[in-house]
Amino acid sequence: MTESGTQTDEQTVSALVMKGISKRFGPVQALSDVSLTVRRGTVHALVGENGAGKSTLMKILAGVYRPDAGTIEIEGLRRSFERPEQALEAGVSMIYQDLDLAQHLTVAENVFLGNEPKGKLPFTVDSRAMAENTARIAASFGFDIDPMAVVGELATGDCQVAEILKALARKASIIVMDEPTSSLSEKEVERLFTIVRQLRDKGLCVIYISHRLEEIIGLADEVTVLRDGRVVHSGGIGQLNIPAIVRYMVGRELTDFFPARDVKAGDAAVKVSNLSSGKRIRDIGFEIRRGEIVGMAGLVGAGRTEVARAIFGIDKKTSGVISLDGREVSIESPADAIANGIAFLTEDRRRTGLCIGLACSWNITLAGLDRIGMRRIISPARENKVAEEIGTQLLIKWVGPEAPVDSLSGGNQQKLLIARWLLCQSRFMIFDEPTRGIDVGAKKEVYTLLNKLAEQGKAILFISSELPELLGVTDRILVMRRGRMVGNLKTSETTQEEVMHLAAVEN
Amino acid sequence: MGKFVRQLLPFGSLVLIICILSALRPDTFLTADNFLNVLRRSSVYGIVAIGMTFVIISAGIDLSVGSMLALAGMVGAAVMAAMGQANPQAGTFVTGTIAGVIIGALCGLGNGLLITTLNLQPFIATLGTMSLFRGIALVMNRGQPINVSEYTYLGEGILLDVPVSVIIFAAVTAVAAFILRYMKLGRYTYAIGSNREAAFHAGVNVKFNLVCIYTLIGLLTGIAAMIQVSRTVSAQPTAGLGAELDIIAAVVIGGASLSGGQGTITGTIIGTLLISFLRNGCTLLGISTDAQFIVIGIIIVLAVAVDQLARARAKTSEKIV
Repeated sequence: MTESGTQTDEQTVSALVMKGISKRFGPVQALSDVSLTVRRGTVHALVGENGAGKSTLMKILAGVYRPDAGTIEIEGLRRSFERPEQALEAGVSMIYQDLDLAQHLTVAENVFLGNEPKGKLPFTVDSRAMAENTARIAASFGFDIDPMAVVGELATGDCQVAEILKALARKASIIVMDEPTSSLSEKEVERLFTIVRQLRDKGLCVIYISHRLEEIIGLADEVTVLRDGRVVHSGGIGQLNIPAIVRYMVGRELTDFFPARDVKAGDAAVKVSNLSSGKRIRDIGFEIRRGEIVGMAGLVGAGRTEVARAIFGIDKKTSGVISLDGREVSIESPADAIANGIAFLTEDRRRTGLCIGLACSWNITLAGLDRIGMRRIISPARENKVAEEIGTQLLIKWVGPEAPVDSLSGGNQQKLLIARWLLCQSRFMIFDEPTRGIDVGAKKEVYTLLNKLAEQGKAILFISSELPELLGVTDRILVMRRGRMVGNLKTSETTQEEVMHLAAVEN
Repeated sequence: MGKFVRQLLPFGSLVLIICILSALRPDTFLTADNFLNVLRRSSVYGIVAIGMTFVIISAGIDLSVGSMLALAGMVGAAVMAAMGQANPQAGTFVTGTIAGVIIGALCGLGNGLLITTLNLQPFIATLGTMSLFRGIALVMNRGQPINVSEYTYLGEGILLDVPVSVIIFAAVTAVAAFILRYMKLGRYTYAIGSNREAAFHAGVNVKFNLVCIYTLIGLLTGIAAMIQVSRTVSAQPTAGLGAELDIIAAVVIGGASLSGGQGTITGTIIGTLLISFLRNGCTLLGISTDAQFIVIGIIIVLAVAVDQLARARAKTSEKIV
């Protein structure tokens, strides 16, 4: 038990008690009789597969949705939220996965957005007070951030600090963080953990939603596991380890987390030499053989995505030769790349992947209309059939191929994008953080899929920030640091430490 | 489900307006003559609205359509006048018509190139060309209209009991609907409007498709312009003043979203007819053209507000997590 744990034994009133919460969306029962108790001064982890109901539960807490049944008590008082503002006033602050800040305003302006201290004249705002208060709150927690910095220019880690300051400025007592580490570098993750522990030690509760179970073990005091809209376990982190949590999440053992593979790599399918793109990446060269999965490791900002963008024709190359199956190819645009059999699953599916308002089937066929014989005329009926088939193959959970994309969970949206590239029957596939923000079960499905693609003779470049998955899935690992390639390691002969060392340490 | 309801609303409103007007003026409103007249009057702006549908779905806008109407008409009429108004042959009229249509397409192409190569926002680019095209139309003949007294077929001609302008309107509607639903240009229009970056990453040639879209609306505006010229047997440099408002309103009332990714040809037709019947009703009820501005303005705001409400409600009930 942590120190704060013994402190809260004295208090009989919990910070938050949600009891018997149920919520239905059309045919889907998102939550059934879910109860959650969070005590003051604790970090409470909320885990579960995608679609288990975590986001729905938190959105009910934040006043975005109304529950069909159940009660919410904050500090012993029964609350019912009609609008999100009421939840904010009650001390509940949500920090979403895609942060919610105004990019063109400063940190101080964001922190006090909607809550600005009034100036001397009517209708004015006291900017100095805003900056001073922001600095004060930041100092009391030991955060180093410039209140006058413009948010759009900050790194993700600093943006998160701004969001936390925003919550603190509103005197939040319950802070909910949804997948806070998915876009952070290792260093920023450490910093976040320190911040979370500080918040806890000052008596706040932090509800921490994450798919990264190693983080949960290291950080949380208590954990609640949801599965299919119900609570399957709730209690202290005490004796739990990762396999135990996974077992609760998926209801079965997940042995062999990384599926085995026995693929004999063939001839060189992809050869990249002397690839440079301005100052971002310089002199990158590597080979991928047919049936090989090559990983790309590196810190955030090392240039991994930039390599993919240069190969795919998004960024201009200042030098470099790309050959596929022995023949040099000229790629000036994504259309060229796709025509040459290259696929690129981007890391930010909302911004560069999905067309949110459009149907699933439209999203699936977008890059491959020519491939499915719809070069001139599109047949919606056949399109739906094709989408249905590939959806079944990838086990996509949806109402149907005509459903809009935003009705799918994150993991299923990711599968949708994979379906898009499968349809193109590419020979060289680049996956950029394909398992980001998706749950344990879906991750394993992605790994199995990657193996299957390799078995089919495709060449795969797998960019990832999760070293365990790189070591579990790839044949070789390329390491990037500051725009250059500093390592080309055989996976079976290397370790996490060696990769990390190459990625992080200057020599 | 939400999409169906959203299309039902403008259609329902259209039916409602027709019913109300039928009740108020059964003798003058509910006649075949009047309906045909309304259809005929809808053709010019309606054809442009079809093009505007593509533009708005692509998350763009074209404010220069009114000016294009004037310029295309003036050039078409000028060609006809130059080729011999005194002894007009069918060939003169055909050539003039084609000239007008081509000018429209060229204006549209110009808009498209400004937007894609100079990366100007459509609002800004077409605000500029709105002024430019209008200026050229005015200067061409020193502010004077150009008469083409025998050029009546497009505007007044009848083919198989249907006005020629209505036939052209119907044909344009059918072709546009086909392109939007069954051809790549249509599909890519939706994709670009929904998420331009994502479309680009999926291999869509965004710039090329945008140029096509703006050229298309230009082409359609050229056709509409020549019908307009034929209807008044003269090209007015002041034609189409304020047209962009009615046209954009028609598309938005029909269910398209100004932020892109949504809209249908059917919706635009309904929106066009709604505004036409409203104006027709106002005239029959004795409401002055000035006062009509108030009526149309209220309708536009109501239509968009109701649509936003329906959209917001659909969002909170459909979401699965």
